Amino acid sequence: MTEPLLAMRGIGKRFPGVVALNGVDFSVRAGEIHALLGENGAGKSTLIKVLTGVYESDAGAISLAGRRIAPATPKDAEHCGISTVYQEVNLVPSLSVAENIMLGRQPGRLGFLNWRALRQHARAALARLEIDCDIDAELGSLSVALQQMVAIARALDLRARLLVLDEPTASLDEKEVAELFAVMRRLRGEGLGIVFVTHFLEQVYAVTDRITVLRNGELVGEYATTGLPRLSLVGKMLGREIVAEPAPPIGAKTGSVEQVGPPLFAARGLARRGGIHPLDLDLRRGEIVGLAGLLGSGRTETARLIFGIDRADAGEVRVRGTSVKLASARDAARQGFAFCSEDRKIEGILPNLSVRENLVFALQAKQGAWRVLGRAEQLRLCDHYITALRIKTPGPDAPIRNLSGGNQQKVLLARWLATQPELIILDEPTRGIDVGAKAEIEQIIAKLRADGLAVLFISSEIEEVVRNSTRVVVLRERRRVGEFAAGEATADKLMAAMAGGHIEHEPPDSDFSPRRDTK
Amino acid sequence: MSEAQAHSFWRSPVIWPLAGILALVLANLLHDRSVAFLSVTVSDGHLYGSLIDIFSQGSRCMLVALGMTLVIAVSGVDLAVGSIMAIGGALAAILLTQHSAPLVLAVAAALAVTAAAGLTSGLLVAGLRLQPIVATLILMVAGRGVAQLITDGNVVTIQRPGFEFLGNGYLIGLPFSAVLVAVLYLIVNTVLRRSALGLFIEAAGDNETASRFAGLAVARVKCLAYVASGFCAGLAGLLAASNIRAADPLTSGTNMELDAIFAVVVGGTALTGGRFSLLGSWIGALLLQTLTVTMYNLGVAPAVAPVPKALLIIGVCLLQSEKSRRWLGGLWRKPV
Repeated sequence: MTEPLLAMRGIGKRFPGVVALNGVDFSVRAGEIHALLGENGAGKSTLIKVLTGVYESDAGAISLAGRRIAPATPKDAEHCGISTVYQEVNLVPSLSVAENIMLGRQPGRLGFLNWRALRQHARAALARLEIDCDIDAELGSLSVALQQMVAIARALDLRARLLVLDEPTASLDEKEVAELFAVMRRLRGEGLGIVFVTHFLEQVYAVTDRITVLRNGELVGEYATTGLPRLSLVGKMLGREIVAEPAPPIGAKTGSVEQVGPPLFAARGLARRGGIHPLDLDLRRGEIVGLAGLLGSGRTETARLIFGIDRADAGEVRVRGTSVKLASARDAARQGFAFCSEDRKIEGILPNLSVRENLVFALQAKQGAWRVLGRAEQLRLCDHYITALRIKTPGPDAPIRNLSGGNQQKVLLARWLATQPELIILDEPTRGIDVGAKAEIEQIIAKLRADGLAVLFISSEIEEVVRNSTRVVVLRERRRVGEFAAGEATADKLMAAMAGGHIEHEPPDSDFSPRRDTK
Repeated sequence: MSEAQAHSFWRSPVIWPLAGILALVLANLLHDRSVAFLSVTVSDGHLYGSLIDIFSQGSRCMLVALGMTLVIAVSGVDLAVGSIMAIGGALAAILLTQHSAPLVLAVAAALAVTAAAGLTSGLLVAGLRLQPIVATLILMVAGRGVAQLITDGNVVTIQRPGFEFLGNGYLIGLPFSAVLVAVLYLIVNTVLRRSALGLFIEAAGDNETASRFAGLAVARVKCLAYVASGFCAGLAGLLAASNIRAADPLTSGTNMELDAIFAVVVGGTALTGGRFSLLGSWIGALLLQTLTVTMYNLGVAPAVAPVPKALLIIGVCLLQSEKSRRWLGGLWRKPV
């Protein structure tokens, strides 16, 4: 039994109204990859932030290699030998790779840079990871995966003993993930301790040696990865035993509620230069249309066109059979549309306003400044959705920025549900949130459909699209390349369509758009 | 008062400018070695005294700060308020003297024009997406020229009892300008908080993109804030002209934009936009005026006066900053 490299004992951290961590123990040995898992709000991020000096803990002790440490700032933590790579790459896109790696500790004297030494160090740092990359390239021109590697190279250059990877794979494709894992294994071989935070369970089993599970700010336990079956892991994360339940095949849940009459939303030849090629799309009440495609295939662009955020260059939109122009999100909201954007932080939350203000905001904006929702009415809405969506918040008047990502997502969902929309567009509603919250959101989506809403569901996880949709439209390279009705969509077929191969025949001439070609 | 209420009271941003005013009053008392500074006398049924002067002379800055609060809350800034004051005063003066216009008409015309000037800034910012500093700088420079154009570059003296009342009259014993401004603050605050406008303004300033995505007409909200700022500045210009019974297009409202921004920031509204406090801005303007009066009283040369002013502002801002407050708090908390 070796002495652990990192030992955190009895760590506690409170925020106003929330106990984020309560007496948590966490230890990592040298030469192991250790997964830190838990639902949203479990305390993973808080624990990482205590470890890396972003937060000060209220209780407990940290020791690294037998020496007691108390990092007060991220810089302090780096000096102790703890390096961190965050989910969002925290580098300067307009600087070169070499400059990014050496930023803040440039070799040189009297304010002059020693460029040769700088490039040499940078090259060495990349070579250690066996990454082939032009060190003079502008960082922003590289793929996210390479940027992530550069971030790791930068972190490791500090003679780190412990490397913290906070959801590094969220935006990587499979091949890039494999490359990252190769790098992680190499570093493990060099005797580094690696903390790996992720939401992808396959990755946990692919690369980690041990697992620590947190729930509600408390330690659930520490396990050897090989000794913990996946189902019991999920059970421990959720705090409930999960019964294996095969995903129902597509369309198994009753037929569509309404198939006659004009569709709620119908687009013909809807297009925007640089966004999406002419696209036909019908959305009916009581169906969940999955929009599948690889990153950059035009999924989000389609959603933005439908919701009027971007204006279409061509094409026609009919809502309930009448032709309409959607020139702004405001127009779309007035048509009874709702849109949960994939970018919660920038396009979703009003960070300094309360949960209550965030929740009633879309409804109030729709009603205008003068038809005011009274305070009692607002609180009733908050109570209703906090219970219905199981939003974890100290209260309706807590600032939304204090909530975890999954709970922020639920508030945004509630914001739109409060407007009682007829069509709701969900762009990656489960991104960056954990297994339990994902399952809850999927249940909510199914319920919305049962209530007769039209749902447009966008996700990069094929399984999720297959599991939840009644119909799937596939996009590739900003074109619609296929549609799969209930019963015929399988992950394999979707994947084939997304990757390319057969292209759907031109749709039959639309029945209501004579002006389509003249526009 | 519950514990939570007591807590929020001490964390309220208003507490520090209030403490500043108290300190200044104390400084005056110590300097005079008498309570003359606090004394209020009654003559002709009107109240007189240094304190009353602070309210009446501070009313213009309060008024400009009212509009400025809204502009800053939507993440903007309005540098044109000083020039708009000059335009308002000049226009009313010309209408009253050269065209013998009725008082109501002159005032209404001046306010309509200054509100339109605010709208121009708003359209530049919200419509053309110019940086607020750049957009309002245009009107700041051009507006002063427009004001001089209106009066042909002259100082226009106004002798109309009705107009003089605005800046010098008394209502139920109190200076009319101070009462007018206080009532306006009350009305605006009530309208903003009773309607959803306050929420819209805070949302637009807190996260413009998210507000737009949620279906808010952000451009309209922003324009409204600039219109309010133009209107308030115009009214302040009328008060200024009335106070000295003359419209001086060159000096009316100079540096008013800076004073107003100070008042707003000192009052606890962040320059980054979002949450705003009208009460804070009112008290912030009061603090500035108290400081000015104190400088006179202590015999500080006008040329030197900006230095203590700057020191006070820095002091209040430091006290409001979370970080420096924690540091200060640590000084008298026992180490754990």
